[in-house]
Amino acid sequence: MESDGIALKWRRIPNRYRLVGSHCENCGADFFPPRKICPNCGRKTKMVEKTFSGYGKIYSFTVVRTPPEEHKENAPYVLAIVQLDEGPKLTAQIIKSNNKEIKIGSRVKLAFRRITEDGKEGLIHYGYKFQIID
Amino acid sequence: MNKMRRVAIVGVGMSKFGELWDKSFREIIAEAGLMALEDANMESKDIQALYGATMASGKLIGQEHIAPLIADQMGFKNIPATRVENACASGGTALREAYLAVASGAFDIVAVGGVEKMTDVSTSSATTALGGAGDQEWELFQGATFPALYALMARRHMHEFGTTEEQLAMVAVKNHENAYKNKFAQFHNLITIDDVLNSKLVADPLKLLDCSPITDGAAVAILAPLEIAKKYNDAPVEIVASAQASDRVALHDRETLTSLKATQIAAKEAYKQAKLEPKDIQVCEVHDCFTIAEILAIEDLGFFKKGEGGKATEEGQTKIGGKVAINTSGGLKGCGHPVGATGIKQAVEITWQLRGEAEGRNTNAEIGMTHNVGGSGATAVVHIFKRV
Amino acid sequence: MASIVGYGFYIPKLRIKIEEIARVWGEDPEQIKDSLGVEEKSVPEIDEDAATMAVEAARNAINFSEVDPKKIGAIFVGSESHPYAVKPTASIVAEAVGAVPNSTAVDMEFACKAGTTAIQACMAMVDSGMIEYGLAIGSDVAQSKPGDALDYTSGAGACAFIIGKEGIADIKATASYTTDTPDFWRKQGASFPSHGGRFTGEPAYFKHIVGASQIIFQKTKLQPKDFDFAVFHQPNAKFPARVAKILGFSEEQINQSLVVKKIGNTYSASSMLGLASVLEIAEPNQRIFVTSFGSGAGSDSFVIETNERIKTKKRGMLKKMLEEKEYVDYAIYLKNKRVLKSE
Repeated sequence: MESDGIALKWRRIPNRYRLVGSHCENCGADFFPPRKICPNCGRKTKMVEKTFSGYGKIYSFTVVRTPPEEHKENAPYVLAIVQLDEGPKLTAQIIKSNNKEIKIGSRVKLAFRRITEDGKEGLIHYGYKFQIID
Repeated sequence: MNKMRRVAIVGVGMSKFGELWDKSFREIIAEAGLMALEDANMESKDIQALYGATMASGKLIGQEHIAPLIADQMGFKNIPATRVENACASGGTALREAYLAVASGAFDIVAVGGVEKMTDVSTSSATTALGGAGDQEWELFQGATFPALYALMARRHMHEFGTTEEQLAMVAVKNHENAYKNKFAQFHNLITIDDVLNSKLVADPLKLLDCSPITDGAAVAILAPLEIAKKYNDAPVEIVASAQASDRVALHDRETLTSLKATQIAAKEAYKQAKLEPKDIQVCEVHDCFTIAEILAIEDLGFFKKGEGGKATEEGQTKIGGKVAINTSGGLKGCGHPVGATGIKQAVEITWQLRGEAEGRNTNAEIGMTHNVGGSGATAVVHIFKRV
Repeated sequence: MASIVGYGFYIPKLRIKIEEIARVWGEDPEQIKDSLGVEEKSVPEIDEDAATMAVEAARNAINFSEVDPKKIGAIFVGSESHPYAVKPTASIVAEAVGAVPNSTAVDMEFACKAGTTAIQACMAMVDSGMIEYGLAIGSDVAQSKPGDALDYTSGAGACAFIIGKEGIADIKATASYTTDTPDFWRKQGASFPSHGGRFTGEPAYFKHIVGASQIIFQKTKLQPKDFDFAVFHQPNAKFPARVAKILGFSEEQINQSLVVKKIGNTYSASSMLGLASVLEIAEPNQRIFVTSFGSGAGSDSFVIETNERIKTKKRGMLKKMLEEKEYVDYAIYLKNKRVLKSE
């Protein structure tokens, strides 16, 4: 049976699995996710692939208690804006962590988890979440 | 701007905001349109162009192409009809497009209608539809919700400026006080700070009563060149500034979480156009999709210093009778938030305020402002209005 | 000669105690702990599965060994709980560690020994020069029917070995013993496995482990006393102790390997985690005996010798992973293993 939205998510696998982003050689800025045009350089953009280390810190966080349907089984979950060591920020869940207090500034590291599933017979979409490290 | 004509609002109307089970999308916009035509002393045939604002009619009622539908429902025949969509700022953006259409001289009489029918789907589906205002691939896919995005802003604001959950609650309390006096508002119950603090957590620290509701509703405004406005209405209200700015869609791509840069840029441009300052604004409808959003708005619009929005609210400076009356309609929280309609409803409320027709909540203001935001701040539209 | 260049593992942080499971089914926890030698077992979070654990273990192995993922030429994932019946876990892992696109990958299944067979496949590919490095992973969210005896021991975990040349421990010999013996199985589409009760002992576990071990003894002319450590598949703590005795190994030799006491039976990861536990504390020039067992049935046996290079690596993560834990109750346990369904 033909399923919806496969290519849409498949394209993002390297970004979601390994934090592949981009780097503009013209101005030195880093981007996650990758983009074609550098907002600083416009037509002078010289974008190359860059993989981020997976380390960062928490910039802000909340606990989602009324999630959308596809995230229900995981609720309540911590959602955070993580600032990667290299600079760019992204939005990701913080994995459940026994007794580790989550604060603005807590150090985090990349983890690999199930993000959503297209129903019982559909694809599983894996990607990044982050864990608090000491 | 020098070549532009001066524009006025000559008619306004709105439906009741709430869960309008008996009424469909088509009926509520027609109701609002009829009220506006009566207010402007016009017939349907007088309208030369229509701008229609709806954020998510496709997901909510399976209907795209709503502009000609709205035009037809209001009895307009064969006129240019255009849909404008900018998430929760669809209404404000449509108002701006209507303004530009008249100011440029392209048209004389233009109607702008905002409408959203949100209760024909489940709450879960409505919430998902609203989610489209955020970054699908990098925010929503990761499990972000709108309360979550604003909660991230709230936590940062509390971290950087010491804003408290009580101060956030006071925004909701005030807006319910104002809505109580507004017969069109969704809510007519007074709430206390404790009510807000004890309500169910949605996305820490935001609770149920920190969040605007799901609402059906419509609002319409009719615009005409200022020079002929009095032909239609004794008390036209001039649009003395119209400004809009955008920013990166994903919240994590913004420079800061404690300001909406798009609001700041649009506000600055609006003050420049009108040759006014924040202290000149006496009444303002701001985009309080969540209580924290009102705190950010009153700072970003220049009424209070960055970081002092919570304190100002606590001190009552944003109440009717305070330094600047914020959200006399009840705001999104108290009056309701039928997404596409909100931006127009804000203009309707300010028009009534400047005419002295806001029963039970008049501020006797001469200068008013509206502030409409899309998503978590990727769009902001600011208008300034003056009694003629 | 094929060598273990690096290893990594992943054990979820959650645990459930034998007492809690026994409480639900009205059984005597002390009697169960006594007969199994297991205190508690690991439980995954609901957003974890055999693929996510395999990725974490693989990433840890790559960090440990400092191998360039682009040089990994083969990826094998052995599991009895692959997330898909058709769509390989191995390609997900390959992509997640960056060992793409110039590599071969395939999923393996042979109950609890799929991971050790993966090691054999990597050895052959490395020895033949077909690949520079191979990644062999055993990963399972071990399945069991609620209330069945296996419910007490079915744990969750993953272990990854990177096989190459000149690593920290050389694989000197390997041998296997295979027969069609139906001691434990799960049909396509069945929710839970079935097993033969006492039939899983002598005709299955013991026969195959002894069978493979004896081939190794003959091949290498080595005897139990020549080894510093022994590792056997750990469905509980009693079977490995018994088979050790049968073969002539002592309690001291197998002690370090018995992770089952704290995390239960991690199925495809079981023997591999036992080996990893030994490598965590082994000195150079020590000899390790490993024999796995997979129901259906078969055993893979290995002789492994550590060398000087083991001292150059930063070890000790297993102890940390075993100690960081949080307890859950039976309902959360079932929910997280996707046994509690809402549709």
